[in-house]
Amino acid sequence: MRDVTAFIYDHLRTPRGKGRETGALHEVPPVALAAQVLSALQARNGLAADAVDDVILGVVTPAGEPGCNIARTAALAAGYDRSVPGLQINRFCSSGLDAVNLAAAQVMAGQAELIVAGGVESMSRVPMSSDGGAWYSDPRLVYQNFLAPQGIGADLIATLKGFSREALDEYALASQSRAARAWDEGRFERAILPVTDELGLVLLARDEHPRPETTRQSLAGLKPAFTQMGEAGYDAVALQRYPEVFKISHDHTAGNSSGIVDGAAGVLIGNAEIGQRLGLRPRARIRAFASAGSDPTIQLTGPVPATRKVLKNAGMTLADIDLFELNEAFASVVLWYMDELRIAHDRINVNGGAIAMGHPLGATGAMLLGTVLDELERSGKATALVTLCVGLGMGTATIIERLG
Amino acid sequence: MADLIVAIGDDGVAILTIDTQNRPMNLATLAFGRELDAAVARIAADAGIKGAVITSAKADFMAGGDIHGMVAAFDSLGSAAEVYETVARPFSAVLRRLETSGKPYAAAINGAALGGGLELALACHYRVVADLPKLILGCPEVTIGLIPGAGGTQRLPRLIGIKAAVELLLEGRRLSPAQAKAAGIVDAVAAPDDLLAAARDWVLTRGDAVQPWDRKHFAVPGGAGFFNPGISGFFNATATGISAKTYHNLPAPIALLHAVAQGTAVPMEAGLRIEARQFTKVLLDPAARNIMRNSFISKAECDKLAGRPKAIAAFQPKSVGVIGAGLMGAGIAQVSADAGLDVVLIDLGPEQALASQQRIASAYAKRVERGTLAAERADAALARIKPSADYAELAACDLIVEAVFEDVAVKSAVYARLAEVMKDGALLASNTSALPITQLAERVARPERFIGLHFFSPVERMPLVEVIRSKSTSDATLAQALDYIKLLRKTPIIVNDSPGFFTSRVITAYLFESIGMVGEGLAPALIDNAARQAGFALGPLALMDELTLDLTYHATAKRGEAAGPGWTPPYGFGVLDMLVRELGRKGRRHGAGFYDYPDGKRTPWTGLPEIYPASGRPATLPELRDRMLYIQALEAVRALEEGVIGNPGEADVGAVLGIGFPAHTGGVFSLIDTVGAERFVARAEQLAARFGERFRPTAGLRARAAAGLRYYPMAAAR
Repeated sequence: MRDVTAFIYDHLRTPRGKGRETGALHEVPPVALAAQVLSALQARNGLAADAVDDVILGVVTPAGEPGCNIARTAALAAGYDRSVPGLQINRFCSSGLDAVNLAAAQVMAGQAELIVAGGVESMSRVPMSSDGGAWYSDPRLVYQNFLAPQGIGADLIATLKGFSREALDEYALASQSRAARAWDEGRFERAILPVTDELGLVLLARDEHPRPETTRQSLAGLKPAFTQMGEAGYDAVALQRYPEVFKISHDHTAGNSSGIVDGAAGVLIGNAEIGQRLGLRPRARIRAFASAGSDPTIQLTGPVPATRKVLKNAGMTLADIDLFELNEAFASVVLWYMDELRIAHDRINVNGGAIAMGHPLGATGAMLLGTVLDELERSGKATALVTLCVGLGMGTATIIERLG
Repeated sequence: MADLIVAIGDDGVAILTIDTQNRPMNLATLAFGRELDAAVARIAADAGIKGAVITSAKADFMAGGDIHGMVAAFDSLGSAAEVYETVARPFSAVLRRLETSGKPYAAAINGAALGGGLELALACHYRVVADLPKLILGCPEVTIGLIPGAGGTQRLPRLIGIKAAVELLLEGRRLSPAQAKAAGIVDAVAAPDDLLAAARDWVLTRGDAVQPWDRKHFAVPGGAGFFNPGISGFFNATATGISAKTYHNLPAPIALLHAVAQGTAVPMEAGLRIEARQFTKVLLDPAARNIMRNSFISKAECDKLAGRPKAIAAFQPKSVGVIGAGLMGAGIAQVSADAGLDVVLIDLGPEQALASQQRIASAYAKRVERGTLAAERADAALARIKPSADYAELAACDLIVEAVFEDVAVKSAVYARLAEVMKDGALLASNTSALPITQLAERVARPERFIGLHFFSPVERMPLVEVIRSKSTSDATLAQALDYIKLLRKTPIIVNDSPGFFTSRVITAYLFESIGMVGEGLAPALIDNAARQAGFALGPLALMDELTLDLTYHATAKRGEAAGPGWTPPYGFGVLDMLVRELGRKGRRHGAGFYDYPDGKRTPWTGLPEIYPASGRPATLPELRDRMLYIQALEAVRALEEGVIGNPGEADVGAVLGIGFPAHTGGVFSLIDTVGAERFVARAEQLAARFGERFRPTAGLRARAAAGLRYYPMAAAR
């Protein structure tokens, strides 16, 4: 088998709409949201309708409209030729990045030339857990694996590491201010695809979730979100796995946890030859990728093992990475990662993250990749590592290298 | 002779009357199942029979479980496949044949219907229950470590919805006729005299032979399956609650929930098979056997006073004197009054007597408020308690219980005053938890009439009483003391006087082991969490803080002084010495112990790691659990070998009921049997090598292990 490099040629993301009935994207069906991204990628890169070998989209709640392999239906809705198949995948929160990795793998194996990979999630239309999976509904599975909701895991991480409420809020404040700065400086301009209605009128051009006016006081006034849940029994379950802990301190709030939003993203991945044939300039190469499993009770500690694995795959060390992008599922997840791997805050999530902008579950992984690629180009830095924590204790990571 | 009598009426209604031979209550035995099966087949085949009514000739409809049989069967259970086919499936299959036989069945529930009895009624197409005050219905299997095995987990949710059914089944709740009707479990309530007629009437006028769940388009009320967010959320929350409450030590609750969750997502036949598989797995787990044996068989032996000297006439006391109106004394007074005895409650002076009267009155008022005692009964009991400061009032008492301060001198003074007023035949008991009975007996007028009665706190709730005889205690005194405990509806265990008796000795070993762990640098949170995961209700360090540290400290130090040079302090004594003597940390009431208590709430003591830094040697949960359980079992073995306690069953009742030894083990000796004596000895030797000689098994235990002996011999086949 030949050793083929997978390149990132382009990427697009919709702005993230509020994940509620009042959100700007609530009236846009997920198929349409994904189709707009697919269409725009095709148009912007001058691709023929049959140019692409596959469309791979991540969706975390593929129930109802986003079910039944939305990748294929969105491709047809986008006007892709019927010769373009589609595949919907699900590794929960990292699905968008896993879609990219799957695409890269096929290209690197020489089995595909050009793939669109990304994700879509309409959290305002399809609530989490609508698909009734065994993870949270099979009582024996819940029992045998000491499962607790992710918010409990986030609070447990903070308790274990001694991250105070203030520390969590401080991180959240940084996410807000960094996101505000990025938007104001136009750092997302090239990536954003405004969402339009059927007549082409813009429904949303800018992330709806951020609160640039956030202050320490406004964050401090928010109520912890997971206390009741914890006292209902999940704390007691989690402590059976972490018996050295006296009591879980519940300090995560809506303000220092990721937001629930709607959004879609796509990344164009291909080999060198297709780029040459179609006149596309590659922007980065995908160096390596990996997924790893970790404790399903605390759920959120997958990024570290995934990071160690991907560095090993790439033959690189932490010092070789210029920028990190770790999904801000909860503030403690990032603080823990920074602490474990000794990464300074100025190297990670430099343009804010999901706490400010929201986490459209299946799409986020692809969005983070695009965000950090844009930042590599803006800053002239070379390498970036993207990673996300994943429910039931997993993590996925990808290393990219900007091309001069 | 048959357990089921079949009589066909002229109106074409068959009356099936249950009357299990040679048993006080009806049982759902395999033999009964076969007779029922034959009757069902006969009724189905006979065109002249319109339908059937099932009722009982006994006071209960069917409320018995063959506990002895199941405990005995555990030793002879075969493979899972064999148990499934021969134990789990048969009766369930009979009931399924009954409900699909094509003829209508009405259950005329004339008395208690529990477990298999209720399951039989649920398989009938109509249920009418007699309006009797003490009649109870329910599936309490989970309370003895089992799950319903004859359709209870499948029919109940299909009748009343998953949530309501799971709540009832997980609690093993018993309902009255009115409650059962309101819940939708029975169709009607009738006067006892009208019961049979009502059932017969239904057969003749309505007689529907098809269950709701066998009709097309049937849906479980309230939803079922895993696409229903309300139901799946309920499954998650309930599984979480079970995990949080039972620390994964009991197989039954999650098996029950699983049977309901999976069984209601498929048709009845498949659901019944799912239930039978779960029943099989639970039956094969020793936890069920241990719980049944300890809480039923062994406890029953103690309750019926198996160890009572036979020749002594029954003791029927009319009045009891209680000396000391503190926590224990007031409690003893209350339970005595509840049992119908007149109580003279002696306190230091008139004001104290009045104060105790008020305290007891409000205690009764609280019970009435909580609904655990009827107001009239509370008033009557309260009226029987007479607080006084005058010892002369004790003259008529048939027995006296002394519950004053734990000090020989103080107690001696009381005994001296009692000697002047006690009537000739009266017996005298001390509620001491640790002072040697023999030593106290030296201070009483009649040592042969003196005995220890160690109650547990809170007296109203704790069923166990340790009855401690010294060498001078007569058989008559022992027998009468046991009669008194039986009158109180409490469970006695008989113990021979020795340091720590039985329960204190065993629990103290565990408490000191846990305190020693603090000295090894382990965090109190870890130690207490490990204990709770092992099955103790409260962590040992939190418990010690609650009891106050200085009691144990001083009692142990005193023993050390008395023992003289060469005394080996218990493991962990150094830590207690540090906390109590050096640092003045005496427990929650003093604001600090193993934990800090700002505003009375337990918080970690952050200064502890400086005094006892972590050793760096990792302690695993299984190792901590084994240390806590084994140290108690080894102490119990020593106590048995020294003759402190007479038999393993009694000791285990004391362990589980008195000191909260994990119920799923069945007690200290049951633990050794369950682990297997050989494995237990090997593990104990490992612990001894690593942690010290206190874990060394006795020569006696090693010999038993080598000989393959069990503390509970294999039951004879029935």
